[in-house]
Amino acid sequence: MNGIIGKKVGMTSFFDEAGKNIPCTVIEAAPNVVTQVKSEATDGYAAVQLAYGDCKEKNVAQSMKGHFKKANTAPKRKVAEFQLAVEKDLGEAVAIEDLFAEGDTVSVIGTSKGKGFQGVVKRHGFGGVGDKTHGQHNRLRAPGSVGACATPSKVIKGLRMAGRTGGNRIKTKNLKVVKIFGEKNLILIKGCVPGHKGAYVIIEK
Amino acid sequence: MDTIKYVEDQLLKENNHPSFAPGDNISVSYKIVEGAKERIQIFKGDVIKIAGAGANKMFTVRKMSGSYGVERIFPLSSPNVVEIKINKRGKVRRAKLYYLRDLIGKKAKIKEKQRR
Repeated sequence: MNGIIGKKVGMTSFFDEAGKNIPCTVIEAAPNVVTQVKSEATDGYAAVQLAYGDCKEKNVAQSMKGHFKKANTAPKRKVAEFQLAVEKDLGEAVAIEDLFAEGDTVSVIGTSKGKGFQGVVKRHGFGGVGDKTHGQHNRLRAPGSVGACATPSKVIKGLRMAGRTGGNRIKTKNLKVVKIFGEKNLILIKGCVPGHKGAYVIIEK
Repeated sequence: MDTIKYVEDQLLKENNHPSFAPGDNISVSYKIVEGAKERIQIFKGDVIKIAGAGANKMFTVRKMSGSYGVERIFPLSSPNVVEIKINKRGKVRRAKLYYLRDLIGKKAKIKEKQRR
């Protein structure tokens, strides 16, 4: 997995040459710092650990403080492991341009927006029950029947019901990189990306 | 927010459209693609609304086609908006001229702004 950690800035759109309006998400990814290098000899597999997002020293656990100190960097908020195509050493930075180019197809991983406790219509896309009128009482957005009678006299496991919605780890695949602004550490991705503004996302290729 | 503005500024293409305001009578030349053919259509009417900002700035033009009101919304930064010509500057006291929808005939006429 070849990737980088970024921060969702927001969305905008622009017109391309053909006059089509292209919606895109702006993700900020200042150079990620390599905080650990795993190798075949020591860990059984090769990978690098990247860290991104400054945070206050008081909010970092003692053990992590030492971990960041080893890489000679300030404490970071988000840490993730990648198998990069480029060779990087401890303490080195990985920029967007090292991994991605305009026109690439990428996946973006983030935590979707939490919606709280939601009914089945919003959560699972149920159609609701029948009409709004004609004797309909208050069952408009109800889930309907959840099972049969004496056989099997239980509700089958995994039946879709109301509950906590959103706030899950979501991967959106097949997104196109529209543009990269190297000097500002910004990457523009066509379409939308899971998570709220300011959320950390992982862009992978 | 500033980051978004930076991105929009970078992507926005320069256009030489004149600045106009609600109440102005304008002619919009709009490129229409039909299969492989391209042609330019002119829509002439009063600007009743300018909404949005930056890359998403849109304006609405209203004209009377016979006895029917026709409104078209154009994106200002679209490359398909080839040319905008101002025919008349209107004198209005509102930014959104929705009241024109309820008026017909002479009452729906916008007074011309007197040039000093």
